[in-house]
Amino acid sequence: MATTMNKLQAGQRATVHGLGMQGGLRYRLLDLGLTPGTVVERMMSSPSGDPTCYRVRGAMIALRSDDAALVEVEV
Amino acid sequence: MGACDKCIVNRGARDQSAGGVEIGPGLTNTDFTVALAGNPNTGKSTVFNNLTGLRQHTGNWPGKTVARAEGVFTHRDRRFKLVDLPGTYSLLAESADEQVARDFILFGRPDCTVVVCDATVLERNLNLVLQVLQITSRVVVCANLIDEANRKRIALEARVLEHELGVPVVPTAARRGQGLDHLTEHIYEICVGKLVPQPVPVEFDAELERAISELATELEREYPGLACARWLAIRLLDGDERVEEAVRSGELAQLVIGQGREDRGYEARLTEGKS
Repeated sequence: MATTMNKLQAGQRATVHGLGMQGGLRYRLLDLGLTPGTVVERMMSSPSGDPTCYRVRGAMIALRSDDAALVEVEV
Repeated sequence: MGACDKCIVNRGARDQSAGGVEIGPGLTNTDFTVALAGNPNTGKSTVFNNLTGLRQHTGNWPGKTVARAEGVFTHRDRRFKLVDLPGTYSLLAESADEQVARDFILFGRPDCTVVVCDATVLERNLNLVLQVLQITSRVVVCANLIDEANRKRIALEARVLEHELGVPVVPTAARRGQGLDHLTEHIYEICVGKLVPQPVPVEFDAELERAISELATELEREYPGLACARWLAIRLLDGDERVEEAVRSGELAQLVIGQGREDRGYEARLTEGKS
């Protein structure tokens, strides 16, 4: 099922399908290892619910919900 | 001038426009220049301190190395200037840190570049390794924090990785000084030309390769002596605004002139018979 990264539930895994943005943010996310085919897992959220922590290639990264909403994933 | 002038972090912030901070004695009369690159938080500064015997601040927060710090170490009677670059995930210059690191590797013309990686999450560090390999082949990969990786039951097959990348891979635990003798030996061998790494090239499809080589040829014609034409051509085709701006504003021409100055120094050392 196609969805976006911000909509994953805690503990849920998905595979990155594509990045729906251009420019600096796109490079940044690619540099952090979010390339198509990468498995991501939603970990925990900060108390306000934003940002949220994801596990990517063995590392934990925090992303704003607005940015995670641009990452297309396949569950 | 307060007491904090002695603090490398503050001096770095102040001297950033000057292109770097020099700490430690005797930075002149070195035989070779070695750049230390790597992702944030991989222990670059620990490697730096261990090799140079200096006390550059180490700490677990991003952006700690605000500009480049420089120190010296000696191995087999050669003096190496070691340049500690800011930690970056990339050389695409989306931030000031990335730009410092990128410009030094591109135009500082180091004799060897060490890419310090976190062996516990090696995969995400290899992005930077591949980016550095697109600019220079004179690279040693330092797989640091190998003690922590082993504790996490991660085994590193350094020989296999070496084969796949085409450059030496040295596992280290810089905190304990483990593996640093191998690292300095590899740095030495690359600097004196005893070891010539042959990185496995990243190739694109035929159409893109043709565009890259056309553009690279144009760049080389425009800037004689440009060392990294292929890399710049790829960045231009990717629509990198920073690189476009550098070409348009003449900044690139200035950097190439600066690079020429470094080159003359290198040739002088060769004629002195030190190499």
